[in-house]
Amino acid sequence: MSTLEIRDLHVAVEDKPILRGVNLTVKAGETHAIMGPNGSGKSTLAYAIAGHPKYTVTGGQVLLDGVDLLELSVDERARAGLFLAMQYPVEVPGVSVSNFLRSAVTSVRGEAPKLREFAKDLKAGMDALSIDAAFAQRNLNEGFSGGEKKRHEILQLELLKPKIAVLDETDSGLDVDALRVVSEGINRFRAAGETGVLLITHYTRILRYVKPDFVHVFAAGRVVEEGGPELADKLEAEGYEAYTKASA
Amino acid sequence: MGLATTPSSTLQRKSSYELDDFAVPTGREEEWRFTPLSRLKGLHDGTAAGSGAVSVAVDAAPEATVETVGREDERIGKAYVPADRVSAQAYAAFEKATVVTVPREAVASKPTVITFTGGGGTAYGHTVVRLEPMAEAVVVLDHRGSAVYADNVEFVVGDGATLKVVSLQDWADDAVHVSHHHAQLGKDATFRGFVVTLGGDVVRLSPSVSYTAPGGDADLTGLYFVDAGQHLEHRLLVDHSQPNCKSNVVYKGALQGDDAHAVWIGDVIIRVEAEGTDTYELNRNLLLTDGARADSVPNLEILTGEVAGAGHASASGRLDDEHIFYLQARGIPFDEARRLVIRGFFGQLIEKIEVEELRDRVMAKVEAELAG
Ligand SMILES: Nc1ncnc2c1ncn2[C@@H]1O[C@H](COP(=O)(O)OP(=O)(O)O)[C@@H](O)[C@H]1O
Ligand SMILES: [Mg+2]
Repeated sequence: MSTLEIRDLHVAVEDKPILRGVNLTVKAGETHAIMGPNGSGKSTLAYAIAGHPKYTVTGGQVLLDGVDLLELSVDERARAGLFLAMQYPVEVPGVSVSNFLRSAVTSVRGEAPKLREFAKDLKAGMDALSIDAAFAQRNLNEGFSGGEKKRHEILQLELLKPKIAVLDETDSGLDVDALRVVSEGINRFRAAGETGVLLITHYTRILRYVKPDFVHVFAAGRVVEEGGPELADKLEAEGYEAYTKASA
Repeated sequence: MGLATTPSSTLQRKSSYELDDFAVPTGREEEWRFTPLSRLKGLHDGTAAGSGAVSVAVDAAPEATVETVGREDERIGKAYVPADRVSAQAYAAFEKATVVTVPREAVASKPTVITFTGGGGTAYGHTVVRLEPMAEAVVVLDHRGSAVYADNVEFVVGDGATLKVVSLQDWADDAVHVSHHHAQLGKDATFRGFVVTLGGDVVRLSPSVSYTAPGGDADLTGLYFVDAGQHLEHRLLVDHSQPNCKSNVVYKGALQGDDAHAVWIGDVIIRVEAEGTDTYELNRNLLLTDGARADSVPNLEILTGEVAGAGHASASGRLDDEHIFYLQARGIPFDEARRLVIRGFFGQLIEKIEVEELRDRVMAKVEAELAG
């Protein structure tokens, strides 16, 4: 049973404080939604947990099963069982999807997958997400549409099977069909094992497909309200205004 | 329209077989300003006496003939006239030339490999590769060992012939190599030149292309990896003087370490008579560490209004942190992430090498450079 524990996390970007004391615990088997207006620091939280060099942690801890992730390099965090589906996946020229995925799976599992098995898993994963087989030979994210990038993030999620997945606005920019396909992928991942999900979103739409156990409202760099799924319905009806005003 | 009729880049450029027609360069000349003359061991000022220390071995395709000839052989200097001081020095000083001929309509069944092995000391050389009309061949120039070496190489590609050349500069750390490679393309001739420069203290290689009739197609690819203290310079000149010819130049290099210096000059001239020319040139440099420097100067001179296509691009930059972060965020360790991105940078270039064993050797060399 894995647990991700974020304790009083403070993060700055270029000396500007963004996160101002975030506390959050995600246990395996739970899905937490973080909802908040644009600019409230949701991506900052995601990147800081993953260890992006632009984000400086100025205080607090992030523990995965008791291990302080902040002490680990980016790749060590991933190998420890953390996964970040990015809001804006990066295009990497010259690196093919299949090469990249094989390297990633090899690194995370600690041994190279058998070629035939890997090819089979990859094909099954791509089929399930309606990703054309030709994508395997394309350069990583290069020229992918927004929806293709997001599906590809979920493909990685399903192949890498992390303990804790942080999904940063995986729903944004998707049409309804793509949203359904991506949500099914997240739900397959949730059903496949004891994993925790931190689902960051601006809109309630995805929560109709991926049901959260807990909802946290994020504003001005901290969690300002918490509740169950019903909190999402309230946000749907009332928007974020009450929170942005209160924190301004 | 105000188009000039004589290309300015060749106005100053003279060609001559006579050494005395070229002054000893001072380093202030446009064509020498990037080159560390003090490290040329006298190749440029007449103080380096040849001792014949570079041995030339040829493993030829059975369809090709290989001759070692004296200076008087009439096939020498037909396609190329020396265009700078060191080239003229090499022309004045070489004693024996290697002439490889692939006869009319012959299709070489295997690559012809010419191995130049430096055994220390100074040497001058001359090589002629002649493809008669409709012939097809792959030629490898493999430079290794230690030497101070200046030479000229002429590729004469006959009408309808196809010549693919791989020139590998895999010298020992202290080698100095100044070389001209000139390809002269006949009607509908095809030339594919692939340059890989890895070793040597100073390498200055000047590949050039000229066309004697319409329909020629030249593709010049280069890959270099510059380590600390190395100076690797490539100076390309494609002179479009005939209608409806093509050229495509792609050079990519990676640099790492203090005072690693790459120079790339890409001159393409499209003369008034060269209507329907289609040309593109690209140079990219990847600076892997501080203290490395890349000078990249593309220069496209268009003297006709009737081109089919003409473009150039040049960019030098660092490894992108975002690329590395993305790969690391998927568990891939930093060193491997870096290798993947650098391999991606060289991309399909290495795969374009015609000879499989050579492709593997170059790949292994690049991997070794990345590891070290
Ligand atoms: N890489 C960055 N460089 C500069 N400012 C940043 C960077 N990332 C985030 N910020 C700033 O931090 C704040 C929070 O941004 P972000 O975490 O992206 O919010 P959200 O994901 O909730 O929209 C914003 O004011 C934004 O301008
Ligand atoms: Mg965001």
